[in-house]
Amino acid sequence: MLFYMLRRLGLAMLIVVIAVSLLFGMIHAVPGDPLSIVLGPRATPEMRADLAARLGLEKPFVVQLGAFFLNVLRGDLGADVFSNRSVATIFFSQLPFTASLIFMAIGWSAAIGIPLGCFSAIHRNSWIDKFTGIFSVGAITIPSFVVALYSLLIFAVALKWLPAIGAGQEGDIISRLRHLILPSLAVGLGWVGYLARLVRASMLEVLGENHIRTARAFGLPERTIVFHYALRLAILPTVALLGVGIGHMLSGAVFAEIVFARPGVGKLIFDSVITRNYPVVMGSVIMTTLIFVICTTAADLISAWLDPRIRENL
Amino acid sequence: MPNIPASTTAAPTPWQSLINHLGRDPMALLGIILVVIMVGSAILAPWIAPHDPNKINVRYRLKPPSADHWLGTDQLGRDVLSRVIMGSRIALQVALISIAVAGSCGLLLGMLAGYGPRWLDSVLIVLFDTVRSFPTIMFALAVVTLMGPSLNTVILVVIVTSIPVYGRIVRSQTQALRNHEFILAERAMGAGAMRVLGLHMLSNVIGPLLIIASMDIPVVVTIEAGLSFLGLGVRPPTASWGAILNDGYAFIRNTPWLVIAGGVPLILTTLGFTFLGEALRDVFDPKLRREA
Repeated sequence: MLFYMLRRLGLAMLIVVIAVSLLFGMIHAVPGDPLSIVLGPRATPEMRADLAARLGLEKPFVVQLGAFFLNVLRGDLGADVFSNRSVATIFFSQLPFTASLIFMAIGWSAAIGIPLGCFSAIHRNSWIDKFTGIFSVGAITIPSFVVALYSLLIFAVALKWLPAIGAGQEGDIISRLRHLILPSLAVGLGWVGYLARLVRASMLEVLGENHIRTARAFGLPERTIVFHYALRLAILPTVALLGVGIGHMLSGAVFAEIVFARPGVGKLIFDSVITRNYPVVMGSVIMTTLIFVICTTAADLISAWLDPRIRENL
Repeated sequence: MPNIPASTTAAPTPWQSLINHLGRDPMALLGIILVVIMVGSAILAPWIAPHDPNKINVRYRLKPPSADHWLGTDQLGRDVLSRVIMGSRIALQVALISIAVAGSCGLLLGMLAGYGPRWLDSVLIVLFDTVRSFPTIMFALAVVTLMGPSLNTVILVVIVTSIPVYGRIVRSQTQALRNHEFILAERAMGAGAMRVLGLHMLSNVIGPLLIIASMDIPVVVTIEAGLSFLGLGVRPPTASWGAILNDGYAFIRNTPWLVIAGGVPLILTTLGFTFLGEALRDVFDPKLRREA
């Protein structure tokens, strides 16, 4: 396990280093330099020289890359082109909004998806199972921003049950939660489908195994067999999936935050793209990538800890 | 087995088994119907669109659906139905171009990783994992900041982010095949790497790749629509479902038909291709079911 852990952590670090270098290299590889991107075509030479010095662009590429890594390691992601505030400060001020959205989405989709998957596995080929199958495919396929738009249209504009925009009053838990309902519906709906499908498939596999048959032979009640013995094993693949899921949800959160005009990391990056504030875009994309890599690595390590067979193939 | 007629002695051809499957699977049939409608309207778009999709008529702006404009008009008085029909072209165009390019690159790199030396395999796998460590939309936003929004940027983003998906599948197929007897026999008879890969591996790897590619169409269509919805995909006045949703979002309080008209074809298309892809997978390669 220690060997696997070290290799997996080494791989994760290698991936982060390459990913940051790729993003950094992209700035230099694209036609048009970052100065014109930020300042636009009518910039004076003095403005260009000033910004170039501030961003350290006059040094050779390798020196810049090295300096950039040192800065990232120290937690310095550069500064906002317009306000000169630290990108790290801006990013971490927005992160709680996105984190609460994603946790809410994971929570409600697991609360519905996992029981749905169990239920269809137990009642295999019943009409509920068939409905769950179709519902899962539909939920996975429908783009999350369309779910966001339609739920905005139905529940906020037409029925006026829930607030349409913003994140709610600061310090008012009820208002915060009410503002989370629709965005987390949009982010999590696909995950109900994924979880239901995955739990159903792994549940069917587990229910066919010998120790479950033995438990049946001992006359244990079906409820105990399913929830005490089978579910514990059938839930394992979802752990690995959740790691990757965080990445998908980060993408979904971009749309949910824009549609519902919620503060958050996605909205921050989008607004910075529109204003061509590229240090903020780059810094935030690096941070979200880092979060994503940490999540997938953690999920892999947890799966390997729970299931020794995984440790053998890396 | 009641489904097999008594007169058939030979194993059913792939087409027969597909048709048999469709008879038993109404969702697959629905998928085919939706795909045919979508592809048909994309091909015939200039002839079946009732109006010019880009003709501006400010006096008829934001009109609700009527006999002349079945889906109403947008904020510039353009006919929404015509724009929805033309939008299917953009969606299909992006999907076909990017999946063809990404599939070919993934095929090449995947076979190299699976058949080539071990160091090359390790390098490619780490590269694949690196590209997949960016959340797709975040990566797209980073690229758009640097290259500016355009349809080509969308296609580039989709290609770069899907190569690893195809590459990994081709790699695992190639690895599974490389020690099969027929490959070993071929190598024992002196066949070079080019012949083994180009002739024998390719014919065995391409099937699963095509199935994965068909299941990837809805994903690509969603990414294009998503970026165009953010205003970072197609440039105005080009009609795209995402662009229609973007227009609709600005006027969602008073003119809901714009959002409805942009979203429904998107939902139906992604559902159609998904149901079709699942049916193809079940018929031609049930083994993939576990890996997917």
